Amino acid sequence: MDFELSEEQSLLKDSVDRFVQDNYAPEMRAKLVETDLGFSRDHWKTMAELGWLGMPFSEDVGGFGGGAVETMIMMESMGKGLVLEPFFTTVILGGGLVAEAGSADQIEAIIPSVIEGNTMLAFAYAERQSRFNLSDVETTAEKSGDGYSLNGHKAVVYHGATADKIIVSARTSGEARDESGISLFIVDKDASGLEVQGYRTVDGQRAAEVTLDNVAGELLGEEGKAFPIIDKVVDAAIGALCAEAVGAMAEANEITNEYLKTRKQFGIPIGKFQVLQHRMVDMYMEAEQSKSMSDMVAMKLDLGYSDDTRKAVSATKAQIGKAAKFIGQQSVQLHGGMGMTDEYSIGHYFKRLSTLEMLFGNTDHHLSKFSSLS
Amino acid sequence: MDLSFSEEDLAFQAEVREFFKTRLPEDIKDRCDRGLHFTKEGQERWQKILNENGWMAPNWPVEYGGTGWTTTQKYIFAQEMGNASAPAPMPFGVSMVGPVIYTFGSQEQKDYYLPRILKSDDWWCQGYSEPGSGSDLASLQTKAVRDGDDYVVNGQKIWTSHAQYANMMFCLVRTDPNAKAQEGISFLLIDMNTPGITLKPIIGLDKEHTLNEVFFDDVRVPVKNRVGEENKGWTYAKFLLGNERTSIARVAQSKRKIAKLRQIAKNEHVNGGRLEEDRDFMRKLNQIEVDLMAIEYTELRMLSMIENGKKLSAEPSLLKIKGTEIQQRLTDLLVESLGMYGLPYEPQRDYSGSNEAPIGPEYATGPMAEHLYLKAASIYGGSNEIQRNIISKMVLGL
Ligand SMILES: Cc1cc2nc3c(=O)[nH]c(=O)nc-3n(C[C@H](O)[C@H](O)[C@H](O)COP(=O)(O)OP(=O)(O)OC[C@H]3O[C@@H](n4cnc5c(N)ncnc54)[C@H](O)[C@@H]3O)c2cc1C
Repeated sequence: MDFELSEEQSLLKDSVDRFVQDNYAPEMRAKLVETDLGFSRDHWKTMAELGWLGMPFSEDVGGFGGGAVETMIMMESMGKGLVLEPFFTTVILGGGLVAEAGSADQIEAIIPSVIEGNTMLAFAYAERQSRFNLSDVETTAEKSGDGYSLNGHKAVVYHGATADKIIVSARTSGEARDESGISLFIVDKDASGLEVQGYRTVDGQRAAEVTLDNVAGELLGEEGKAFPIIDKVVDAAIGALCAEAVGAMAEANEITNEYLKTRKQFGIPIGKFQVLQHRMVDMYMEAEQSKSMSDMVAMKLDLGYSDDTRKAVSATKAQIGKAAKFIGQQSVQLHGGMGMTDEYSIGHYFKRLSTLEMLFGNTDHHLSKFSSLS
Repeated sequence: MDLSFSEEDLAFQAEVREFFKTRLPEDIKDRCDRGLHFTKEGQERWQKILNENGWMAPNWPVEYGGTGWTTTQKYIFAQEMGNASAPAPMPFGVSMVGPVIYTFGSQEQKDYYLPRILKSDDWWCQGYSEPGSGSDLASLQTKAVRDGDDYVVNGQKIWTSHAQYANMMFCLVRTDPNAKAQEGISFLLIDMNTPGITLKPIIGLDKEHTLNEVFFDDVRVPVKNRVGEENKGWTYAKFLLGNERTSIARVAQSKRKIAKLRQIAKNEHVNGGRLEEDRDFMRKLNQIEVDLMAIEYTELRMLSMIENGKKLSAEPSLLKIKGTEIQQRLTDLLVESLGMYGLPYEPQRDYSGSNEAPIGPEYATGPMAEHLYLKAASIYGGSNEIQRNIISKMVLGL
């Protein structure tokens, strides 16, 4: 047993930390948030050049063959700076689905282009009625000629408006919420009948409503058998988001701790008030425990995928959801009025942490999943 | 002990309910119900309707334009107002500076300012906090130096809510730099159009402009605009903070939110059923409702103490802490109830009523905006940490 990073892993961490330090000072991030795109294509190119976009993919398609631990390291460092580029949606989520479900041809057609930074991906899974249930799919796909024709509406698709290809889950057979009968499709951004309405989300990112009206889709993987793959890729993705949250919590705590030492009221630093000391200690403890869970889940994901892994993922999301809310809210509270401003960075940590609690199932969702697996 | 309303109270309740039903404009109600910030125009329009009915300032003494209602009637009014999603009048005039003026002001000040508050002729803002003086308000540094019939004011205020709409500010300034912190402060009424005053907006984490910095550079304020005695301003400021007891917990507004959440839970889907069948979600909602009952009856018990001539010490701090905690838990749950549709967020300046297609369900516009803004509820008006300090000192003697 060993929680320490290898030399190579340390180098990876240093490299992402340096990128964040150089490019994600609060005022730099604020500028990016306000652009139409909401992130930087130059940064994306840098990430490709540094090899990050190929980290989890196998070496025979040009990747680095990294595992969940490498993903964890990168996401945690990006979380510290609230990085905006669609690394998660393109590489972890979209890339993960293609690598897991795709034929050799499909992988060859998409993954190298992702690694080079030329293709961005998004995953359209949620629907108006689905909440956090990945098998609650009403969007339909019917055979039409050589391919399939998709109809339906997908909700809050992160980075849907900038994706070159959207991976869509759709029902090819079965009843609402059946796990069997769900298939994955690759939809091109220029496909006719596809309507993508982009907008901002509370965490400074971008998402889209995606409407499919007889849209041509290319089957990804076997018809009707996509659910176990979605489940597996999403669990790995949850592990990645948890790592991002761990990074964001660590940074929020550091900023807040520093504020407690420097802000003075009643003639002394507010960090001298015992009630704030204890609050800060609670925040610290939540962050440490979250880090332990996040490390654990990354290592388990690398050992293979079983019910035990699934349980560990839900346990981690539940712990980190609770911690993210607590730390996000309290770090605003301890900043007083300063925490309520757009200009000062702490509020942005609060907003991203609240979002991370919600994405792919909130704390309650994962607690009940945990109990159903127990 | 008796919990029931009298015949007269019930008749009064019916009258108030009818008034809100028929007189509250739909657009104003909609913004308020969604938890969005008011518009200046809408707020003024509504305050004028209230004032026409003589209901702008129920808590004021009758001689200055109050209603003379009993405590029970005031309670009923507040409940119905919350229930109807009617915005309360801006607190800075009616609830804050108004009572200071009729209690400590000169006859001239009373005659001039009080009617103007009732008629919404003046918009007031509150100039207390400074960059270095938030929780430790008494350390404030903005100074006023006597020069003939004027004070010359220099310094800076911060977090001044809605100052961009205001033409008047009630302001705490230091008039005696040598006295002990609390003893050298005076309470001035400042015309915001006086030369030397500049405003700088502060954008909030909700991406809205409600907060401001206000800078004073040799601003001349007539001595007759001082309320009460020189160097006694702290007494008036404290009076002001302790004055607003009947609505501090915002019970009625929270009740309305619970009703709204129950409605959303009927609509939202989860696993093929409705959110109202989700035990985890409903347990949280029910827990908040029970906690809200506890604060409601605590508030009523305190009101009854006041009615019976007993003196409160720091009990309002309890109402503030528990009331704001409930408000925050409710907006948190509202956002949660929307699932993924809790996340889209375009600042409300893009919200232009019903002619814009919202992202997700119609009721998804608003909860996030309010959730973000209300993070401040446990910070402003004396943070919840400070309120706990007050209770521990004044009630518990610790
Ligand atoms: C949305 C909003 C609207 C506002 N509107 C107005 C307005 O219109 N006019 C106006 O004058 N002001 C206004 N304020 C200012 C508000 O009153 C102050 O923010 C508040 O008093 C806290 O001061 P501060 O921001 O300087 O925080 P600080 O006093 O620096 O507090 C920072 C943290 O330290 C804690 N703390 C401080 N002292 C102690 C202690 N002794 N023991 C334990 N904990 C302590 C606080 O609770 C807080 O968590 C507004 C603030 C907000 C956020």
